[in-house]
Amino acid sequence: MQPGLFHILFISTTLFFLGVYGFFTRRNLITMLMSLELILNSVNLNFIAFNKYLWPGQMEGLFFTVFIIAIAAAEAAVAIAIIINLYRSHRSIDVESAEEMKY
Amino acid sequence: MDGSTIIFYLLAGMTLGCGFLSVLTRQIFRAAIYLLFALIGIAGLYFWMNYEFIAAVQIVVYVGGIVVLIIFSIFLTQQAGDTLASPKLGRALFSGLAVFCAFAFTMLQIWQDGFVKAGTAGEPLTVRKIGEKMLSTEEGGYALPFEVISMLLLAAMVGCIVIALRQKPETEEIK
Amino acid sequence: MSNLSLIIWIPLLPLAGFILLGIFGRKYVGKAAGLLATATMLASTLIALYIAYGYFTQYAGNYPKLVPVNYTWLSFANGLSINMGALLDPISAMMIVVVTFISLMVHIYSLGYMKGDERFPTYFAFLQLFTFSMLGLVLASNIFQTYVFWELVGVSSFLLIGYYYDKPSAVAASKKAFIVTRFADLGFLIGILILSYFSGTLDFNTMIGSLTDPNSVQLQSAASHTFLGVSALTWGAVLVFMGGAGKSAMFPLHIWLPDAMEGPTPVSALIHAATMVVAGVFLVARIFPILSISTPVVLEVVGWVGAVSAVIAAIIACTQTDIKRVLAYSTMSQIGFMMFALGVSKYGGESGLGFTASMFHLFTHAMFKALLFLGAGAVIHYIHSNEMKDMGGLRKYLPITHITFLLACLAIAGVPPFAGFFSKEEILLAAYENNPAIYYIALVTSGVTAFYMFRLYFMIFWNKNATVHHEHHHGEGGFAMMLPLLILALGAVGAGFIPFGHFVSSDGLTLESHFDLQFSAAPVALGLAGIFLAMWMYKKENNKPQQFATALSGFYKAAYHKFYIDEIYLFVTKKIIFNLVGRPAAWIDRNVVDGMVNLAGNSTVFVSEKIKKFQSGKVQQYAIWFLVSAVLIAALFIYVWK
Repeated sequence: MQPGLFHILFISTTLFFLGVYGFFTRRNLITMLMSLELILNSVNLNFIAFNKYLWPGQMEGLFFTVFIIAIAAAEAAVAIAIIINLYRSHRSIDVESAEEMKY
Repeated sequence: MDGSTIIFYLLAGMTLGCGFLSVLTRQIFRAAIYLLFALIGIAGLYFWMNYEFIAAVQIVVYVGGIVVLIIFSIFLTQQAGDTLASPKLGRALFSGLAVFCAFAFTMLQIWQDGFVKAGTAGEPLTVRKIGEKMLSTEEGGYALPFEVISMLLLAAMVGCIVIALRQKPETEEIK
Repeated sequence: MSNLSLIIWIPLLPLAGFILLGIFGRKYVGKAAGLLATATMLASTLIALYIAYGYFTQYAGNYPKLVPVNYTWLSFANGLSINMGALLDPISAMMIVVVTFISLMVHIYSLGYMKGDERFPTYFAFLQLFTFSMLGLVLASNIFQTYVFWELVGVSSFLLIGYYYDKPSAVAASKKAFIVTRFADLGFLIGILILSYFSGTLDFNTMIGSLTDPNSVQLQSAASHTFLGVSALTWGAVLVFMGGAGKSAMFPLHIWLPDAMEGPTPVSALIHAATMVVAGVFLVARIFPILSISTPVVLEVVGWVGAVSAVIAAIIACTQTDIKRVLAYSTMSQIGFMMFALGVSKYGGESGLGFTASMFHLFTHAMFKALLFLGAGAVIHYIHSNEMKDMGGLRKYLPITHITFLLACLAIAGVPPFAGFFSKEEILLAAYENNPAIYYIALVTSGVTAFYMFRLYFMIFWNKNATVHHEHHHGEGGFAMMLPLLILALGAVGAGFIPFGHFVSSDGLTLESHFDLQFSAAPVALGLAGIFLAMWMYKKENNKPQQFATALSGFYKAAYHKFYIDEIYLFVTKKIIFNLVGRPAAWIDRNVVDGMVNLAGNSTVFVSEKIKKFQSGKVQQYAIWFLVSAVLIAALFIYVWK
């Protein structure tokens, strides 16, 4: 079968929910961050696929992807700074150790 | 079945497989490496779709930047040979169920939607064209978001430095 | 006269003094504050004299109502606007002279009396504010302007009565004065609203013009609307009079006046002689044409309220032992005289004698009452007590005070040829011609007045020798305190010879007053009898007063306790209003209003207690809830709400 839009959407959806599952079950903040990267990448894939298959003449999907990548880079940097700071104060980067922000 | 299709399936298999392993493996360093391959797989898919520029950006930023950053932070925070704690069974089951339902729901929607093709194929995308559009202030240009993103990156950079700064000893003692 | 606009400087100078002293006084001006305030007052007095002199000479015989300054402040509708202006007519010309002159005397006197006081500049700032408010009040061209300054007078009297704010009784007295007059002012405000609603204007001249013309639309509509069987016009006039009665301490709103003696003595002189208490009389005189032409009923009320206040206050004054309280009740009694003089007057011509007499008495009373208070101040300054039983035989120690006080007593007792004689004669004559019942009350009261004034005089300066237990480190007080006494004594002696009818009358035309020796015989005889009775009882220390007191025990006790009017007020407010209105209102406030608020608060607390577990701090839990909710909402949008 000739791969087309549906196939790529399947890949991106699967990747997305893999990331979500990882985000739910991982206890280490760095691995949670990795899951987050998977989620962002699946979204990028979606944008590119739509751009290619539905609006071939346009460039909107492409630019969105570029900007999302930029934001993802910034987000990863900030997240890692926070994680390192947390590690410094708690000697651990488990989500459980960051549970003080509650009622 | 031509070569292009085979390549597509290979790339798809690599992406999904590595993504799957990255989420499930008990060893954090391996998770990072699997993530690296999953991202390379996605870059390959961009190549497959003839979006060379995005593929290049993907490799430069993700593979060369973010994954390296993650690996460094793993080195900083993790003892060698540590395995990750396995998730609680109840939590894993509940999350799996929720994620599966959501996945099924989404796939159902994708399946049912017709996805009408709206545009016509234009001239091929060149990097030159992307660059012109990126800095264009005409209608449909992206100069403003470009500047906004640059501000965001600057803010993120300053924020990272402030957060990661070593605090003064007396505040560090407070735990 | 082109420089009539100088008139605005009369109130503005004290205002400038108040602002200057109020802001910079304590830090930068210090001891010079008194001199500064006195200087502004002197300038203001000179301008007032100049303006009044010019007015009375230029328009001799037929006095117009001039509005030299008028500034539209708030304009509501055509003809209905609140103005700030100056209205110059005979009574306001007379009042600016009285107010500035007495205030100047008080300022000079205070230089000596308040010397060394810690808040010296503040005191003078308050005095200036008080004078400013009163001047604004008498010059008001607009009834709303009157009201504004009326309230300012109330505020500044509150400040001055409560000047010694570390003394609980002074605080209570200032609150009482403020609340009682405020209560009366409520009536005044409603009255203003009624009158201005029907006349369609707030301007005095226009309002008086339209409400006294029997053919005007305004008067007819005001007279045709009735409430509880009384026409709106009458209601308006009565309510305005209620405001005046509150400020002028007329029965039954007089209870604040005796307590107001808690302020410094010069302040009492200012309040009682020139400013606050005559504001009510002035107000009634200001709207007198409306009262006399359109609502004679209200004028009747004014007359009776005045007469009753005069006699009650005179009787109470005979029994009080605090020197300043005696003077306070005597003020109330004299204001009563002025009120009923207005009450028995008619508009225009010969029958307008009462109006002239009232203003004349206001003028002479300002002189001798200020003198009495300042003299009392000198006595108190010397002996450090307000109680008469601590005094006696002071004529040797305080010669100047003694003589001037005696002159003032003679003036208030109505002995010829002192000032009080002339004005009181005119009042009695007016009452005799129009309302004999009030005349007889007034006649008796004037006799009683002579008695209690000389009781005071003999108790202070004769009687036993006071045990002056402190060293005579100061004599009568300095030059600053004696000078006003002497000047005012001149006024008390000579003010009566002014042909007042030439200047002030109800319709602006000259009124020729005439004296009838036969008519004067009765009041003078009664006055002399009162004086001799007082002399017989109090000149030497003896037990006659005691015997009288026991002989009249019930009546004496009632009078001593001011006829229990304070107690009646307390009973009405505490027992009746508090129990029947206050407590249920408090209950509703606590249980219903607060209950609803508490219910809202408590239910919020309850619900948040229950749902706060969601806020667990576990990021992944949040994420799961987020995903589930997002999917559910998406499903709802897709399948249910399409």
